[in-house]
Amino acid sequence: MAATDVPATPEELKERIEAGIPGATAAVTGDGHHFNAVVSAAAFKDLSRIAQHRLVYDVFGGEVGGRIHALSIQTKAKASETENIA
Amino acid sequence: MSDDVSTQIHEAIESAITENPVLLFMKGTPDQPMCGFSARTVAILQSVGTPFAAVNILPDPRIRQELSTISNWPTIPQLFIDGEFVGGCDIVTEMYESGELQTALGVEDANGGEPAPEPAAQEPAPLSIENRL
Repeated sequence: MAATDVPATPEELKERIEAGIPGATAAVTGDGHHFNAVVSAAAFKDLSRIAQHRLVYDVFGGEVGGRIHALSIQTKAKASETENIA
Repeated sequence: MSDDVSTQIHEAIESAITENPVLLFMKGTPDQPMCGFSARTVAILQSVGTPFAAVNILPDPRIRQELSTISNWPTIPQLFIDGEFVGGCDIVTEMYESGELQTALGVEDANGGEPAPEPAAQEPAPLSIENRL
């Protein structure tokens, strides 16, 4: 997937979150090291915040803390896929 | 040899989580946080006014490794209340602003609904710090 020696970009993180979590919509900002992701997904429904954040972290595995130095997350449960207007 | 040390660290972390009602794993110390996210979480706990124990994960990379195997959480800081993993900086911030954190800590909701405090630059706070590692 992403080469480990290439700096991460907000665009890359957005694409990977949206590809990794079915129906997710992500807005990502960041400077190549510190990122902030606001993620909406129907998959978050009925999950605890911890479980929601884990779904996002799991997209990146061991890259969080490494290549992706820091990733702040805010999650929102989306009522249904039809709200996905991205 | 090193496996023994990792096992010892693992057991020390589990004991610390069990024995400290409010325990923060962080980068640096409450007086000298080494990361903005740790500083922000400390500022929130100080604002709530609950005594908490803190463990600096920086002295040995194995502390973070073993902690992550326990919490299944990749980032630092990590807050535990009554032996349960509560979350990192983002979740603690959200819980503070909604008042859930104050409820979980069993304190009056004096600041609920207000934005989370920014970390104070150098404010010595009355904390009970217990660094077991």
